[in-house]
Order: sequence, then C-alpha cells, then structure tokens
Amino acid sequence: MAEVEETLKRIQTHKGVIGTIVVNAEGIPIRTTLDNSTTVQYAGLLHQLTMKARSTVRDIDPQNDLTFLRIRSKKHEIMVAPDKEYMLIVIQNPSE
Amino acid sequence: HVYLLLSKCVGLLYSSASSLPSRCFRCKDIDVLPTLKLSCFPTALTMEIVYVYTKKRNEFGRQCNFSDRSAELHVDILPDPSLAVNFIERDPCDVPIQCTQEMSEHEVNTERFESDTRGINHVEGGWPKDVNPHEMEQTIRFRKKVEKDENYISTVMQLGNNMEHCIKQNNAIDIYREYFEEEEVVEESEVQPSAKTINVFRDPNEVKRTASSLSWHPDGSRKLAVAYSSLEFQKVSKDMSLNSYIWDIENPNKPEMTLKPVSPLVCLEYNPKDCHILVGGSYNGQIAYWDTRKGSQPVEMSTIEHSHRDPVYRVIWLQSKTGTDTFSASTDGQVLWWDIRKMSEPTERLILDPNKKGNLDNALGAISLEFETTMPTKFMVGTEQGLVVSCNRKAKTPAEKIVCMYSGHHGPIYALQRNPFFPKNFLTVADWTARIWSEDIKESSIMWTKYHTAYLSDGSWSPVRPSVFFTIKMDGTLDVWDFLFKQNDPTLSVKVCDEALNSLRVQDNGHFLACGSQLGTVTLLEISSGLCTLQKNEKALATAMFERETKREKILEARHREMRLKERSRSEQSKEEDTKEGDGEESPEELITRIEKDFYEIVEAELKKRDKGEEKKVADAIKSD
Repeated sequence: MAEVEETLKRIQTHKGVIGTIVVNAEGIPIRTTLDNSTTVQYAGLLHQLTMKARSTVRDIDPQNDLTFLRIRSKKHEIMVAPDKEYMLIVIQNPSE
Repeated sequence: HVYLLLSKCVGLLYSSASSLPSRCFRCKDIDVLPTLKLSCFPTALTMEIVYVYTKKRNEFGRQCNFSDRSAELHVDILPDPSLAVNFIERDPCDVPIQCTQEMSEHEVNTERFESDTRGINHVEGGWPKDVNPHEMEQTIRFRKKVEKDENYISTVMQLGNNMEHCIKQNNAIDIYREYFEEEEVVEESEVQPSAKTINVFRDPNEVKRTASSLSWHPDGSRKLAVAYSSLEFQKVSKDMSLNSYIWDIENPNKPEMTLKPVSPLVCLEYNPKDCHILVGGSYNGQIAYWDTRKGSQPVEMSTIEHSHRDPVYRVIWLQSKTGTDTFSASTDGQVLWWDIRKMSEPTERLILDPNKKGNLDNALGAISLEFETTMPTKFMVGTEQGLVVSCNRKAKTPAEKIVCMYSGHHGPIYALQRNPFFPKNFLTVADWTARIWSEDIKESSIMWTKYHTAYLSDGSWSPVRPSVFFTIKMDGTLDVWDFLFKQNDPTLSVKVCDEALNSLRVQDNGHFLACGSQLGTVTLLEISSGLCTLQKNEKALATAMFERETKREKILEARHREMRLKERSRSEQSKEEDTKEGDGEESPEELITRIEKDFYEIVEAELKKRDKGEEKKVADAIKSD
C-alpha cells in the first residue's frame, strides 16, 4: 500500500506533471489529483480511446497489444498506461 | 354437360345430363342410362362417352343428398393394340433419378441491425449496483476496498514505472539543441600575466649606491632619470660618487647624462611641463634644479638656511601658470613650497604638527607626498610615524592647513598615491602591507593586503587600469595586484633581483615600469598586455568594489563611535572613584621598562624551551644509537 502511495507521489512531483488518475475497468476513478468533473471526463473519454487504440493494434497484428498511449496536444501531453483491469493516466506539461 | 378430354385412359365422368334421354350420335346405344358423352376434338380417333341421368323437376333446387354406393363399373375401354402403330418405342430411355433427401432452398433475411454513431457524455463511472455514486461514504469505501486489492497494487507499481520513464523522457534536456546562441563568446585572456625584463641599468660607479628615486621623461618616456644616494645613516664612504644619471632606455651601457649635485640626490623629478627641467632634493636638505640643456651642474640651489634640515625625501612639481612651482617634504617635519626662479627662499612653509600649533619639535617627519593635478588645492603627506596627513593648501591659517589624518600603518609611509581613476581612493605603502583608503573613512583603510614577510618599500597605481597596482619589497620582488581578479594574493609576483628594491615608477602608458634596487641597479620591465589593457566593466566593477568597502568601513566606524560613547559615559561615572584611588597610570618611562622586562622574559623563556628541546633530541639520538 505504501509503495503505491510513494510511486504515485513520485510521479506527481516530477517536473511539469499536472495531474494523475488511476481508473478501473469500469471507468471509476480510484485515485486522482484533479477535481472530480475533470477526472470523470478524462476517465470516460480516455477509456474509450484506449479501447479503440488497443483494438486497432490488435487488428493489424493479433499477437500485438497496446502498452502505452501518448497524446501530445498544444497545451500538454496525456499519457495512458493501460492494463487489464486498471489504467494510469498522467497529464504533463512537457518542458519545451 | 361437362366434357373431359381423354387421350388414352378411360375416365369416368359424371355429368349432369338433361332428364330427357339423349341420343348419342356416335354410339349405337340409345337408352343407355347414364350416357357419358365425350367431347371430341377433330382428331383422327374420337370417342364419346356419355352418362345421362334423370331427375324430377320438382327435385330441382333441392339440396344434394349424397350417399355412398358401391363402385360400379361404367365404362371399360380396353386398349387397342392397333393404335400402337402410331407410336415408336423409345430405346434407350434416359430417366434421371436422384436418391437424396429432398430439400428446398429458402432465403431468409434477418431483421436489419441498425447501428448509429453517437457521442456519449460520460457523467459518472459504472458504479456497481450496491454503491450509490452520490453517497460520499459509499464511494470512498469502495475506493478504499479497491486500493487494498493485491492486483491493484502490483498493476499500479508496474504502470507507474512505465509512466515515470515516459515522464522523464519528456523532461529530458535536448543535448543536440543549440544553447546559448545569443550570448557572445566571452574572450578569456589566455595569456598568463607576466613581466619581462627588458633592460638593466647598473650604477657605473664602483661604490654602489641605492637608486632611491626614478622619474620618467614626460615626453614619450624615452629617458629615465635616476637619483642615487645612500640612505643608510653614516655609512657614506668617501669614495662614493655624488652623481645621479639620466639614462636612455635603449642604451644600458652608459648613462646619457650625469647630474652633479653638491650632495647625493634622494629624489628627482622631471617637470611635466618642460621636459628639460628637473628638480631634485638632496641628502643635506637642499633643493636644486637642472636644465639638461645647460649641463650637469644645477642651475640653482636653495640656500641651506632655508632648506630642510633632513634629507628631502620627496619633491613634486605643482600645477601653476608659470610651471615653476614645486614643493618638497622632509623628515624634519616641514613641507616647503618653492618657485625655482627664486630658490633663495621657500614661498611657503608648513609644519606638520599634529597639534596644529606649528611646533617643530612635535612635527611628524614627512616621507612621501601626494599631489594630484586635478585637485590642486589638496595634497597629502605620508609621515614617518605611519600617519597620512591630508592638507589644504588654500587655508588661511596654518592650523587650518592640516585637514585630517589617517592612521593605520605601523611604519613610515613610503608611497602615497591617489587612484588616477578614482581620486577619492588612495594607496599607501608602508611597513609590511599596502592599504587602500577612502578619503571619507578616517579610522581605517577600506582594503589592505596581508602582512608580507618582507618590508614593502614603494608602490604605485597603474595609470591605465583602475584596479591594478604595483608594490616592491625589500626581498627584491615586484608584486602586481589586481583586486578585481584576486584579493588575497598578488596576481603576479616577479623576483627582479636579489637585493632589496627601493623605488618604483610606472611609465605613463602602463606598459613599462622601472624599479631601482639597493645596489643601484635599475631594471626596466615590460608587463604583459592583460595587465595593462582596460578590461570591460572594469571601471564599474572597481567602483562597485570601492563603494562596497567604503560602506562597510563606514558602518564599522559608526559602530565604534557608538561603543566609544558608551564607554565614555560609563567611564565618567567611575572616574570619580578612580581619582580617589590615586594615579594608577604609569609614566611613559616606567611603561617602557616594564615592556622591556616582559620582552626579555619572553625571549628567555623561548630560548630555554628550545634548548630543552635540543637536549631531548640529542638524548633520543644517543638512546637510539
């Protein structure tokens, strides 16, 4: 339990990190550092996108699987680390 | 009648015939009931079979009552083989047979599945049924439960590692990017500061005298005037020459001109306005001036009665319309002003009495003078006692002439010079240190060097760089200090010769300097360009440094004053008690004897300690043998 805390805290304190969210497979945010409405929005939308991305990867090569998803936008970068049951989302402001 | 066409087989046909028996045109039977009529087509063989039955008229319209009857053969038509002639037997006969399950093809279309693309606004996640998403407690409990799950922990750890890697990637510094494009490349002077000996001018006489003063020719610095004298009291030998020389720096073998004074010259100065005139102060206190066009003898000398009583240590030309005014200082405590046109008497006299009473007995002996042409009314005198006296020339009364005094040195002040860029700050060289002062701070210097091992004998600022100054020591080394570069040590330290150096003079361009030694050897040195070119921001940095140090000293001065006031008020209270006790203070003589006694005691104790140490060493050595 403490390692999880430590890991999440470490991630949060990196330079440029705006927020961290841990979502379960149903889209319920388990852990978040952002406000509720933003969290719910991110959780829902990114879940769908991750599913789509994963299915795309597997369609191209059924042996392949999605490991990480990064979306770079004008304002910041959204990074999604998907797993079978949970998903870790981090929003960061890259240094350039 | 209903007719049925029969081709081959016989079929029975019931027809409703009329009640009247009808005749068949073809068959011979007339009263055959029923008759079967068979319609005929106009074919070759026609047959007509008719069946007739009767029905009563009043039975018309009645419902039919059907009843069962046994089968009756009505017609039997036997085959007629003669008809077979009209047909051909087919042989072989192809007959398809299939022995399969009979199936029928049937198309089915399922109901169309209609799909529609739609966006969803996800409001709240898929909470399980038992958790009410609006209840904080329940959601928190649910979350906590999930967080305790093993799977959750391991998953988050693993995902976290991945994520961290990517985050760090984002934050990584691009090593290929051009940084510092806009900044100018600061040119670091790679050259180490150095000083090179160009020429050495030796005293041509047998008996070597000290080169006590140097002066550069004002026009182009091609010539150097050197005053030779022996400053050691009563060590003057009879053979010693009295002459001083003017050297051409290109020719170190032979002096260009000789100056023949009556008494050896201690100091010598070229007139900055007229490059042929030199004034010199001699060992016996007289001032003399030469004109190089007129020969080696002085043109005029001051009268002995009105001159100094001690060697004239410094003589400086003044800024005046006529360009003939000088003033001189000597350890007899006087500063005299002269007009060289009339050397019989000094034009003015100042006695350096710290009590401002003009008492010659109390006067401080002057060793160095300072005069800056930009400030013609002020001048400074460095004394034997270690005080710097700042004087005002234009004061009405002699008492007002002495403005203030700066103390801080332990020995005679051999050099005193204002910074050519910052006239408020001046350099003094005395005892084992060189100090930089600010005019405003009278209690102590603002910057000072460490205490050296050898006595410092002369010093000067660099005319081109505000932060560079030179000092020479009695062990024959020349130190070049740059306090913007290094404050604790000289930037450059050069051993010029083995004997003590006595005098130093920097050329006006700052590039060359000459130093005179105790044995009369004058060395001409060239300094590396780094030390004589003005660096960028140097003035600003030097200003900042001076200001900072001045401020610090000011604060310290204020603090000391405060403390002294406190002490005084405290001592005044206890003074009444003191006077009752009697004179506890010692007179100066008693003080001296006490100090002497202490001193000898300490020395003896130290010697004893050393002897004991040596004895022990010897004993140890014997034991080890």
